[in-house]
Amino acid sequence: MDGNLDALTTIFTEFYYWVTVVFMFLIHVGFCMYEVGASRRKNHLHTLMKNVMIIPLVTVTFFFFGWWIYWAFPSFPIMGGIDFAAGQANLPTSETMATNLGDRITGVFWAAFLLFSWTAASIVSGSVIERIRSSALWVHAVLIGSVWWIIDAAWGWHYAGWMVQKLGYHDAYASGVIHAIAGGYALGVLWVLGPRLGKFAEDGTPRDIPPHNPWMVTLGIFMIYTGFWGFYAACNVPLISPEVIGGEITGTTWTATNIYLAPTSLGAITFNFLLSLSGGLMASYLVSKGDAFWTFSGGLAGIIGASAGNDLYHPMQALIIGAIVPVLAYKLHYYVERKFKIDDAVGAVAVHGYAGFMGVVIAGFVLWGAPSSPFEGYATINPLGQLVGAIIMFGVLGFIPAFVVTKIQASMGTLRIPAEVELQGLDFGENQAYEDAVAEITRANLNLVKS
Amino acid sequence: MSTIGYSSWAVDLADVGAIYPFQGYEVPMVIVGVVFWLGWHVIQARRESEELAEAAKTASAERTKAAIERY
Repeated sequence: MDGNLDALTTIFTEFYYWVTVVFMFLIHVGFCMYEVGASRRKNHLHTLMKNVMIIPLVTVTFFFFGWWIYWAFPSFPIMGGIDFAAGQANLPTSETMATNLGDRITGVFWAAFLLFSWTAASIVSGSVIERIRSSALWVHAVLIGSVWWIIDAAWGWHYAGWMVQKLGYHDAYASGVIHAIAGGYALGVLWVLGPRLGKFAEDGTPRDIPPHNPWMVTLGIFMIYTGFWGFYAACNVPLISPEVIGGEITGTTWTATNIYLAPTSLGAITFNFLLSLSGGLMASYLVSKGDAFWTFSGGLAGIIGASAGNDLYHPMQALIIGAIVPVLAYKLHYYVERKFKIDDAVGAVAVHGYAGFMGVVIAGFVLWGAPSSPFEGYATINPLGQLVGAIIMFGVLGFIPAFVVTKIQASMGTLRIPAEVELQGLDFGENQAYEDAVAEITRANLNLVKS
Repeated sequence: MSTIGYSSWAVDLADVGAIYPFQGYEVPMVIVGVVFWLGWHVIQARRESEELAEAAKTASAERTKAAIERY
């Protein structure tokens, strides 16, 4: 660090990303509460452990290879090969991937991306509750969290990604790069996994499986809303000079930027986060006739639908986009459920997948012609580039890999739990131990009363 | 002698980089981590298969009914 300004900028940036990580932890807390609340009592512990163990498994694999992929894959395969030179400093064996006074940023930047990885894996986890083997889900968690989403980030969420350069792809707060891919991935798993026992009547009519604890579901979503602030802040570079960016911006005015190093501000995203949340809540309340589950989920879908362009939108645009997207996602959820017999236990495919897909496409129209980057020669934002980008996110890197891997798991008999166990509940061991312990202590205390 | 390469902080921090123990052994340390990760998956998957097979075998109608009714 040369000089006081450089030192202050470095320490501020280090602390900024560190705070976003703490906030984003709440997203995972929220997902855990949401999933457990949505599951039935016989599956609570299994549901909780399935999601909690995503944390260590994605963390270690993101350290081993996920982070390296982000830096080595931006040009691969459309504009060149794997960039081993850029990846070098981000290998797990690199000196900068450890305690190092010469590099204070890599650790917190790595962690900010890692928390996105947990989110991607957690989205899939919620949709498949009450029938998937933990071992099967954890393979998917590693794949979506440390391979597929980070490839899409290298392509479309990196200042030099080929999708940004060639397609003008713009996805500032990850409508596509996190939500569409995770939703598409969840759909690929669900397609093979099949519904929970009893979800569909013999004539194919879907049955509602109400959450065991609606209050826990509600609190879980509020936690996710809160953590989402950290997610948004983590998508920005907090403070940077045009000189450091090295692009076409003239003058000496320092700014916050999005991940593409194009200018925005925390003020802008605060307006748009809150207005898109409001649009989502209001429209979802109407379309679901006040259903709590869909109203809260719709708030989330509203943010997700506007996220691709929330660095630039006017708040009223964020409001309207945030209102339209959840309504369409809600309708699509029930259409797909009826038509294809897909049992998405928490509506993850709709809230993340469909909303994220639509958010990317809509940004192509609303931001048509705006620069995707401060660097010369990049395509500008356009509808076709966004549509192709959304298909890559949801389908190519989401649905297809999930479908193939889940098919392999199914053929090996390692995907789904036995039907007897599904009916009895996955907490069979814990519940029996609990019931036995309750019976014993109750008997013992009653004996004391008698004597 | 120091495992981190420094036995005193009487240094110019501008010249200091890595300060973790056993620098130069990053590859073996990562190999240990990868073995731990993969081994965990193998042990967990085997154990889960055994537990599910046992649970399917011992599942009783009475207990299943109770679990369903408890919601």
